Amino acid sequence: MAEYQNLFTSVQVAAPSYPGVPLGRDEYQRAGGMTHVHLFGRLGDAQLGPIYLGWLGICSLICGFIAIEIIGLNMWASVGWDPIQFVRQLPWLALEPPPPGYGLRLPPLNQGGWWLLAGLFLTASILLWWVRMYRRARKLGMGTHVAWAFAAAIWLYLVLGFIRPVLMGSWGEAVPFGIFPHLDWTAAFSLRYGNLFYNPFHMLSIAFLYGSTLLFAMHGATILAVSRFGGEREIEQITDRGTASERAALFWRWTMGFNATMESIHRWAWWFAVLCPLCGGIGILLTGTVVDNWYLWGVKHGIAPMYPAVFPPVPDPALAVPGVQP
Amino acid sequence: MAMLNFERKYRVRGGTLLGGDLFDFWVGPFYVGFFGVTTAFFSLVGTLLIVWGASQGGTWNLWQISIAPPDLKYGLGMAPLMEGGLWQLITVCAIGAFGSWALREVEICRKLGMGYHVPFAFSVAIFAYVTLVVIRPVLMGAWGHGFPYGIISHLDWVSNTGYQYLHFHYNPAHMLAVSFFFATTFALSLHGALILSATNPAPGEVVKTPEHENTFFRDAIGYSIGTLGIHRLGLFLALSAGFWSAVCIVISGPFWTRGWPEWWSWWLNLPVWK
Repeated sequence: MAEYQNLFTSVQVAAPSYPGVPLGRDEYQRAGGMTHVHLFGRLGDAQLGPIYLGWLGICSLICGFIAIEIIGLNMWASVGWDPIQFVRQLPWLALEPPPPGYGLRLPPLNQGGWWLLAGLFLTASILLWWVRMYRRARKLGMGTHVAWAFAAAIWLYLVLGFIRPVLMGSWGEAVPFGIFPHLDWTAAFSLRYGNLFYNPFHMLSIAFLYGSTLLFAMHGATILAVSRFGGEREIEQITDRGTASERAALFWRWTMGFNATMESIHRWAWWFAVLCPLCGGIGILLTGTVVDNWYLWGVKHGIAPMYPAVFPPVPDPALAVPGVQP
Repeated sequence: MAMLNFERKYRVRGGTLLGGDLFDFWVGPFYVGFFGVTTAFFSLVGTLLIVWGASQGGTWNLWQISIAPPDLKYGLGMAPLMEGGLWQLITVCAIGAFGSWALREVEICRKLGMGYHVPFAFSVAIFAYVTLVVIRPVLMGAWGHGFPYGIISHLDWVSNTGYQYLHFHYNPAHMLAVSFFFATTFALSLHGALILSATNPAPGEVVKTPEHENTFFRDAIGYSIGTLGIHRLGLFLALSAGFWSAVCIVISGPFWTRGWPEWWSWWLNLPVWK
């Protein structure tokens, strides 16, 4: 048992910093200098920097900064500009979307207008960052898999904050900014639509979330376990299979009768991770637009049993008041 | 048929923990070993018990089949078979099968000269399961606090148990667990995508190198954790998700019985601003 298990890097090699694959005439955009951080080197690479600036990155950061400023200042204003109360109540503070009565019209700033502006800048920031990720990959002659995986996450974000509210005809359907408030929104959303656990796309999304975690545990552990054979040099193992790949594959073949290859495990990984927000977005999009109560939907389709009524029936208030007014 | 073209030279004797050479063989692609026999025994018995329980449960609808734990009145005692005893036996079989599977992985690691990272990681998942069906029920004094074995029924259990504590999202360990799940999936998408983008480059380009991978992430965010580091990070994030999941449920009931939103009043009442 007294055997070497690869957990941390115990001996670090001090080498000169690597400025990166040459970029040609864009080289001047690499800024920030380079340094080595010993603690980083314990877990992974010690080198910190350089970073590529470029106008896409700078504009993205500026938009993100403006969004966070709008959110933070609105929260601060909501406690009367008291700095101590701002910190004390921060987890509870919110920047709420407009009340439902405004529909898709532009509300006054303090009635959700700031929320719309913050969302606009945050969306601009995210989309600019997407283009940045795409262009950085292309500049290095690489595939654009990172950008497209990012696009799956953006899909879920846009469904929650833009597409579904537009289909429902009200900005008020969207998620508030805030730590506890967005959790409250999630719980209220699930309760309003008959428990999201019965939503099949929610089921799929969760399965891919857990599946991704399972896959990364399996993959990370496998690669560390064969690192004594150079298993972490994955590109080399893909193009010229070595004993690390063979042992990693046989481990799973002998364990569960099936194995991925050094390349295909990363395709499994990419799809599991991408399908999590992709399915989640579909599930959210269908909620309220197509399906009003997921439990009753489940009963109708034979997924959920009809439970006995424990409490006397209460009329759904949402059905009694068509077109909710503020 | 069952062997890969490079497999024969790896099929050597040795590395077993128990049973010496007796069970040191393969069936098709599967390695057996002593713990393969116990895995097969426990999973076969457990599955048959589930099927038998389903046959007595009144529905063959796959979504609705459910094996419920005993009523709370049985406490930590044995319950009659059809009133939760079956659930108790199936739980024993499940723990036996999961434990055997982990030890079988250890034997395969030893045979292939690999580190023990995979069985260790799997044991964290087993720990989370045992927390749900053994540790928490024992701490709360009744097997009835375990979750039922069924697709919809276990979702209902999660929902009901969550609302018993008013709003489970406010459980700090649940917050950590969910954050780790999201972070793991995020990191997995980045890692998978990075490897695929290096080995499937732009049209007309040759396959890229780890220098390109590092450069891509340094260009993008100013830091690249590197080929070895990403697997350490991924394993850490994934195991943290499992570990904090176990913590978030074991503190609900044994250590905190009120609504989770209320728990946060300690923050509001800190002496610095009270």
